[in-house]
Amino acid sequence: MPAFPAAARAALADSQLRRNLAHATGTIRAKRAAVVAEVDEWEELRLAGAAIKDNTLRHLDEHLLTLEAALQERGATVHWARDAAQACEIVAGIAKNHHVDEVVKVKSMATQEIGLNEALAEQGITAWETDLAELIVQLGDDLPSHILVPAIHRNRAEIREVFRRRMAAAGRPAPDDLTDEPAELAGAARLHLREKFLRAKMAVSGANFAVADTGTLVVVESEGNGRMCLTLPEVLVSVVGIEKVVPTWFDLDVFLQLLPRSSTGERMNPYTSTWSGITPGDGPQEMHVVLLDNGRTRALADSVGRQALRCIRCSACLNVCPVYERTGGHAYGSVYPGPIGAILNPLLKGVGVDEQTDSLPYASSLCGACFEACPVRIDIPEVLVHLRSQVVDAHRGGAPKPEAVAMKSAAWVLSDARRLTFAERGMGAAGKALNRFGRAVLPGGRRAVRRLPWPASLWTGARDLPAPPAESFRAWWRRTGRR
Amino acid sequence: MSARDEILAAVRGALRDADRAEAPVPRGYRGAPPPADVVSLFAERVVDYRATLSRCTPADLARTVRAALGSAENVLVPESFPVDLGGVADADDLDSCDAVVTTAAVGIARTGTLVLDHGPGQGRRALSLVPDVHVCVVREDQIVPGVPEAVALLDPDRPQTWISGPSATSDIELNRVEGVHGPRTLHVVLVGP
Ligand code: SF4
Repeated sequence: MPAFPAAARAALADSQLRRNLAHATGTIRAKRAAVVAEVDEWEELRLAGAAIKDNTLRHLDEHLLTLEAALQERGATVHWARDAAQACEIVAGIAKNHHVDEVVKVKSMATQEIGLNEALAEQGITAWETDLAELIVQLGDDLPSHILVPAIHRNRAEIREVFRRRMAAAGRPAPDDLTDEPAELAGAARLHLREKFLRAKMAVSGANFAVADTGTLVVVESEGNGRMCLTLPEVLVSVVGIEKVVPTWFDLDVFLQLLPRSSTGERMNPYTSTWSGITPGDGPQEMHVVLLDNGRTRALADSVGRQALRCIRCSACLNVCPVYERTGGHAYGSVYPGPIGAILNPLLKGVGVDEQTDSLPYASSLCGACFEACPVRIDIPEVLVHLRSQVVDAHRGGAPKPEAVAMKSAAWVLSDARRLTFAERGMGAAGKALNRFGRAVLPGGRRAVRRLPWPASLWTGARDLPAPPAESFRAWWRRTGRR
Repeated sequence: MSARDEILAAVRGALRDADRAEAPVPRGYRGAPPPADVVSLFAERVVDYRATLSRCTPADLARTVRAALGSAENVLVPESFPVDLGGVADADDLDSCDAVVTTAAVGIARTGTLVLDHGPGQGRRALSLVPDVHVCVVREDQIVPGVPEAVALLDPDRPQTWISGPSATSDIELNRVEGVHGPRTLHVVLVGP
């Protein structure tokens, strides 16, 4: 995966993608705003959500032990996985013990994060995604581009093509006379998947919440594919990030209000399933829970970044982000795109490991819209700035980044009045010169420079630079203010 | 070291210098004043979710449920359903049932949600999922104002299914389509005094 700026440039050139994204994010934003406005105590709920999650994270070891005991008491088997490979190995092992070569899956970020489908395929086990959008992505050999609506980059004609060309190889083929009407496309998916649901012996899910004191897992969804997977097969395996814990059943009253309204802009999502271990005669009679670290303890150790573990994956921050809206999810090169992806990936993987991850904290204008939208008040801009400094530190010793050089020289100039006067005089001259050459005009009428020569081109490659004014403030003050 | 001990040790290590004092959780939302008329609000929000709504008295319940079932022939009725409708289908062949009738544990007014806890009259979880039509009977005295009241009433040890409208997807160009895998039709029968 190329670093964000390169990937973003490719995405920016795709006008269909930009149109689809602008439509999707705009629509969800408006729906969300309307249902959030209905709730008088919204700000208090956000504070409560943040406080509950923070309290949980502060005592995560204790809550995990409580969760483990509660699950075991109710008949579930608990596994712990340090990293992706270990988690995939556990799931594959359970499948092999039951001699199954296919599993049905509920859409889950955690299983995408660990690359479960690919790992199972290597062991000869096929994992079928059952969420409609995930099915579109899987059949099209594609990557999800949004947490909530993973196939938002595809239009109906493309979806019809994917179904007609690829469904047959995966099971029941698409009907011959399939049109691109959304209802017909959904109908084709219904028939295609029902066959799989009724046949499957094993299902894999994630969980939106894991309640420590009662051992309850919670999955929210819309289509009913989740309910199918959670109740029809004999064996259920749930892969749960260790940050998904909430202490008590009663804490759900906050999150079941915050999540649907922030996520799909609905008062409540069509289906929420909760289960605490095994219920005799109802649903799977064998249940496994894989508690996954995979970098979460690394994020927990970062005193500023820790708050990212509050995230309930609602995707509200994506829909308000001006950068995401223009580049789409693929440019982030991760299952977690958008503002949350820009902080979560470096926190989980560490900075200074690869260039792509290091580029993510810069994929933001720091406008703060994500913080305003976040139902658990994650201060994403604060974490972005914090991670930028970590990235700069990680590269110290090697060739310094242009940003670091610019900041250092700025500090040198700004720390001394005489130097500043001198620099401003230079800027005034530069402003006059650039004003003459600046072709672009920014909203508000100010002139801008589109492209500067290297190394400043690294900056102007993705942004316009407002031309400095022809006269500095001090020069103006001297000229007019002293009277 | 086992993965379990490694992870727990990593958590403790990560929190070594953290302030572990509990932050106060504001809970004022639990005392939010209830809407003036929870039953009407529930009815309104259910319809908003594109579910069909009928209201009746206990005396009229059997007739109303039969009408809600329309032309469905193979109807599944869970054990201990309060009204005798005849025609209980074989629960082992769920896929060939046209419709299912259940009661509910709680109704939530602010969100138009029905909660099934799969007790008597509700059947196991798959029953309200596989058939294409779900007729759900809820009494007015089961309606609570909001999510906090519902969570407080429900027993976490029972499996639960919270249902808000029929199954739906918006995955294709954000067009809402009803009934992907769950019932395409949700018919709510609200029983008054
Ligand atoms: S960071 Fe906040 S807004 Fe973004 S997905 Fe997570 S919870 Fe939602």
